[in-house]
Amino acid sequence: MEILVCVKRVPTVGGRITLTGDGLGVDTRMSGFTISPHEECAVEEAVRITERLGGTVSVLTLGPESAIEQLRGALALGAGRAVLLETDGREYGPIATATAIASEIGSRAAAEPGYDLALFGNEASDTGDYQVGIRVAHLLGWPVVTGIKSLDVSADGVVARREYRGVEEAYSLPLPAVVTVKEGLNLPRYPSLPGRLRAKRAPVERVEIKDVSLPEGLRKTRLRVPEGGTHQATVLGEGVAAVPELVRVLDELGILS
Amino acid sequence: MKALVLLELEVPGDTAVDYQYPATGNPPQSSGTSLSAHADVTVTEASLRALGVGRALAGTGSLAAVVFGDADAGGGLPGVLAEHGVGDVYLVGSAVVAGYAPQAWARVIAGLIEETGATAVLAAATDRGNEVMAHLGAITGLPMAANCLSVSAPAPADGGYVITRQRWAGLLEEEAVLDAPVALLTVAAEAIPPTEADAPSGSGAPPEAAEVHRVVPDISGMAPSPGAVCAPAIPDGDLVVRAVESPVRDGGGGASLATARVVVGGGRGVGGADGFAPLEELASLLGGVVGVSRVVTSEGWRPHRQQVGQTGTKITPELYLACGISGAIQHIAGCSGAKHIIAINTDPGAPILAHADYAVIGDLHEIIPALVAAIRARSAAA
Ligand SMILES: Cc1cc2nc3c(=O)[nH]c(=O)nc-3n(C[C@H](O)[C@H](O)[C@H](O)COP(=O)(O)OP(=O)(O)OC[C@H]3O[C@@H](n4cnc5c(N)ncnc54)[C@H](O)[C@@H]3O)c2cc1C
Repeated sequence: MEILVCVKRVPTVGGRITLTGDGLGVDTRMSGFTISPHEECAVEEAVRITERLGGTVSVLTLGPESAIEQLRGALALGAGRAVLLETDGREYGPIATATAIASEIGSRAAAEPGYDLALFGNEASDTGDYQVGIRVAHLLGWPVVTGIKSLDVSADGVVARREYRGVEEAYSLPLPAVVTVKEGLNLPRYPSLPGRLRAKRAPVERVEIKDVSLPEGLRKTRLRVPEGGTHQATVLGEGVAAVPELVRVLDELGILS
Repeated sequence: MKALVLLELEVPGDTAVDYQYPATGNPPQSSGTSLSAHADVTVTEASLRALGVGRALAGTGSLAAVVFGDADAGGGLPGVLAEHGVGDVYLVGSAVVAGYAPQAWARVIAGLIEETGATAVLAAATDRGNEVMAHLGAITGLPMAANCLSVSAPAPADGGYVITRQRWAGLLEEEAVLDAPVALLTVAAEAIPPTEADAPSGSGAPPEAAEVHRVVPDISGMAPSPGAVCAPAIPDGDLVVRAVESPVRDGGGGASLATARVVVGGGRGVGGADGFAPLEELASLLGGVVGVSRVVTSEGWRPHRQQVGQTGTKITPELYLACGISGAIQHIAGCSGAKHIIAINTDPGAPILAHADYAVIGDLHEIIPALVAAIRARSAAA
């Protein structure tokens, strides 16, 4: 099974987000970088599948040279191969990102045994566009399903499951396919020391991006941190002594009727 | 301006709508509830909010809705939709697009854009809404803006639609210009206030009911249907991916998290998997469900489907009672849509207090059982 996992380098966000002076980006001078929890689960799932069925996990990111750090993170977890679609630091929207990734998947299929399965996070934690995996699938003519929290993969195809409004939905897809996943799919492992050492030395394939046009039809003009969380709660009291007051408030809010 | 809004339906007593399979197509694999069996299907709250944004965008133009379901879906639906300002409703017969098939749904909507000349298509930013709209973006080659909070009609000076949308699951807001012949938007329903149904517009009387147009997509091997308004062709490939629905296996619970009226939240302060019984008891007493923080799911104390937050579920209850939860921004991203928040926490300096209306300072292991006892005593006395 040849599996491609696509990840995105994003700032690690702690207690609050600080913007850059021009209001167009997140100030990352004090923060590290990571990938989203959805993508961590995608990497873990791919490693588990190849442990069972054989094959290789390739991890791919579209981003600046510094995104090699995130590729090495995935290599340390068991990915065998890493590909950087190197950008010049400009922001790629979902259409350009999908075009570049689909072209890389297509060119690999032409030259080598192609990928059987491409995994993505359901959405990137920074831009939250919810569409790159689907656009890649359309460009390749592959079936796609999103938001998956349980995955059974065999040589014949995948059965992917998710919940929606209290109902379980199961999808059967032939391979090759695109599946976008969510946190909860599995509990990702921590990298082992040998894994980290191997990742440090592993080669990273760098691919030049061709034929994408920037910017896209959706153009960011400004970011802002929404207000809220500035007031202070009314403290009803301490410990069990506050329970009668709590009951009164619940009643007042109409919760007890 | 002509706006088309994709609506999701809700059948009472059933948490999701099931679709009938065609007699000639694939065999029924789901329980096959027919919409027509339920006269009282309603539009989901999230879809109504998306409809509100669509109505504001359409302004004096026209507002249409597209619904996937049985052709005689919920007798009252066209009337209800008219109250919300909808002039035309496009009903896509489930006997043809069997089951939820995101790519086929998007293909039908692409056909409706042509048919109606719609210049904006909106849906609630649910799992399905985002999925169908992303397919629509891929099919049409148009950009799609997810999780919008507002959108204004394009003015020449702006170069397109001016939108605000969520990034970082709502921790940031983005202002952007969407320059496209047809705007594809999903609406972050839990972050915008519910909109009142349109009052009858000043001059003319409101229409009795939205005009119903039956849409019967053209699928190879199926007989063409008479009387259908438009027949977008559905390539076989669009029907490869479709849902087979069944009840959630291990009990559900988190399933109704998104729509629960009361959510009792438990975090690290609960202390372990066996600490949740009093929270469960309180939740059922209040007609609600339990939700948890990410610490709780990554410790394996509770299944991930109960997680509230950026990478869990976004909730919109009347009351969120957050117990032993610090209030990290990734958690707040999932509960800021709650109407009221009450925190129970040992730490008066916990960040959750800056988002809560009320707080009780103390140990949840003492307070929750006492609260359960007090509520029981109260209802016994009544
Ligand atoms: C990309 C990303 C995505 C994330 N997504 C989510 C998400 O979807 N949902 C989510 O919840 N988190 C998410 N997180 C994690 C988040 O940052 C916090 O780590 C997490 O929410 C903390 O959980 P907690 O409040 O239960 O634990 P803590 O932060 O450890 O807080 C425990 C609280 O319990 C109180 N307490 C302890 N004992 C008691 C007691 N006996 N009685 C009363 N109070 C007590 C303490 O005072 C403290 O306030 C995400 C993080 C990242 C980086």
